Amino acid sequence: MLEIRNLHVTVDDKPILRGLDLEVRAGEVHAIMGPNGSGKSTLAYVLAGREGYVVTQGEIRYMGRDLLALAPEERAREGIFLAFQYPVEIPGVANVYLLKAALNAMRRHRGESELDAVDFLALVKGKLKLMDMDEALLYRAVNEGFSGGEKKRNEILQMAVLEPRLAILDETDSGLDIDALKVVANGVNAMRSPERAMILVTHYQRLLDYIRPDRVHVLALGRIALSGGPDLAQDLERRGYGWVEAEAQKRHAASAGGPG
Amino acid sequence: MRIGPEEPCVPGFVSAYPSLAVQLPGATLPWLRRSRDEALERFAALGLPTTRDEDWKYTSVAAIARRVFRVDAASDVSDEVRAVVLLHVIEGTHRMVFVDGHFMPGLSQPAPLPTTLPQGARICSLAQAVEARVDDVESVFASADDAADGFTALNAAFWSDGAWIDLAAGVALEAPVHLLFVTTRSDSACFPRNLIRAGEGASATVIEHHVGPDGASYLSDTVTRIVLGRGARIAHTKLQQEGRKAFHIADVAAEQGRDSAFLSHALAFGGQLSRAAIATRLGAEGCDAKLAGLYVGSGRQHIDHHTCIDHASPRGTSRELYKGVLDEAARAVFNGRVIVRPDAQRSDALQSNRNLLLSEDAEVDTKPQLEIWADDVKCAHGATVGQLDADQLHYLRARGIAEGDARALLIRAFAADALAGIEHGPLRVRLESLLPGALPETV
Repeated sequence: MLEIRNLHVTVDDKPILRGLDLEVRAGEVHAIMGPNGSGKSTLAYVLAGREGYVVTQGEIRYMGRDLLALAPEERAREGIFLAFQYPVEIPGVANVYLLKAALNAMRRHRGESELDAVDFLALVKGKLKLMDMDEALLYRAVNEGFSGGEKKRNEILQMAVLEPRLAILDETDSGLDIDALKVVANGVNAMRSPERAMILVTHYQRLLDYIRPDRVHVLALGRIALSGGPDLAQDLERRGYGWVEAEAQKRHAASAGGPG
Repeated sequence: MRIGPEEPCVPGFVSAYPSLAVQLPGATLPWLRRSRDEALERFAALGLPTTRDEDWKYTSVAAIARRVFRVDAASDVSDEVRAVVLLHVIEGTHRMVFVDGHFMPGLSQPAPLPTTLPQGARICSLAQAVEARVDDVESVFASADDAADGFTALNAAFWSDGAWIDLAAGVALEAPVHLLFVTTRSDSACFPRNLIRAGEGASATVIEHHVGPDGASYLSDTVTRIVLGRGARIAHTKLQQEGRKAFHIADVAAEQGRDSAFLSHALAFGGQLSRAAIATRLGAEGCDAKLAGLYVGSGRQHIDHHTCIDHASPRGTSRELYKGVLDEAARAVFNGRVIVRPDAQRSDALQSNRNLLLSEDAEVDTKPQLEIWADDVKCAHGATVGQLDADQLHYLRARGIAEGDARALLIRAFAADALAGIEHGPLRVRLESLLPGALPETV
């Protein structure tokens, strides 16, 4: 579903990703871990098409297409969903309005008819229950005055309504207490399916206790330094990121000092 | 029929006055003729303001001063004008239509107006009120201060018609009164004048609506005076949708009685050069004034708002919120003056002006002006100028909403609280449709 080859990305002319390779197939859940500043969130933003993240080398194929040629809204309509690390507050725009506008944009794109108010509300109410959210949040402005936990739940609610093909969850566990974390994890687990892929970007292994990934990757110095099965996450929790970074540093020095 | 002037603005109007005055409403009434004569003298002495006047520092009316305008007599209503009126009808209102400054009973609805109004509500054209010698028109005229500048003086000398709305004590008008002023001809000058008086505890909503064709360059010089009795409530909405080549100069002033409430909305969309002065005087204890405004400009439009809230008595509350959305090379001026006089203890005033610039060439001059002479008061003001938020825009796009729709959505969200106080549903829907960009048809 997603193939990333030799991806180099700069932000404000500063190289952040330096030759990242990643392949994600339908049905798989991948965890991207790594220390702060390793480029985890940059990867999430580049996939969503955020301005200011400049791809200087490499390519990203999504469903066989060149993802980088698509505008952010086209990516979303093609089924890419980013659950933001810091969901944006939008005063004056009701949560329910955003949900409906987004869902109908997808449906139009897929050639389906738009949902009317009754069907839409029935759909959303079911998802609200799944996320243990109060219906009143629908009628408040998007994320305005929401607690940290409510914002993260709201992201997963949107994901549940939009049913993406590829979901990228950027630090969705940060700032959540254990109860909220369980609710969010339940919501995510309920959406696992053979047609859907997920990328969980996280600093801690905690989230992976509740959402078991198929693959775990460690990012260091802008590349995937280490990949493994779900047990790798527990290794990292015990040993920290220092040793992975040190080895990546050595490899980097060796390749920089090598011939050519 | 075309009537003078034949010279540029100031000398043109002065020399055309003697022949025009005899044809204007109330020409045979000595008090009115005297009032017009005096106004003309003031106009001749004042001339038009220049950028040397502090109040007109950022708004040059040189383009008006250079022009030769004519004053048109009433003429037959064409199908074209009928179509324009239909386009601007607002459902659920009493409608009075004025074409080129003249009342058109045939286009007004319901006609004749008074039949559907509650007892004690008198609504007619100002010319009718004057000709019928309705009691007190003279005193309301006399209380109007029209010496402020050349434009108000010019209106006082040449006004051709407008609305006379007089509500006896306790009369509450349920449906808004929609005053629709249509200008149809290039090079014409119109001088609408509206007088609104609400007796003790009376209440009404008045929509003052100015429209004209985009291709015509004309001058619309308007004056509205509002007198609120004890406990009265008037909601005044001024909707400026003049043609894109028009000059629009407006002056609205309210005088508030004890415990009265004045709610003003000033909404500006059209014109090449427009200026609205909105003022209220909290003249007795316990008054409440709410002033909201929204100006939306593009191209090379120039939009100026000068507001003045005069806390002249104790325990008054005022809330002011003006918002601007400016694209391309549009320019706006906001000057908000709040005066708290020495006797006006325990006044409570809040003022805010926020601007959204959609292009690098758009510009706004914003100037709050607080003059506080009392010590036991609560006053605050603030002004901001900003762009659309890149994070918000990206967030919406990342949810599949096209960039243009996302921008339109954020512009609406920005403007929302300036329109929130508009109580008449069909009017609010109309206003939202005038904001830039079309919204996705989803909700």
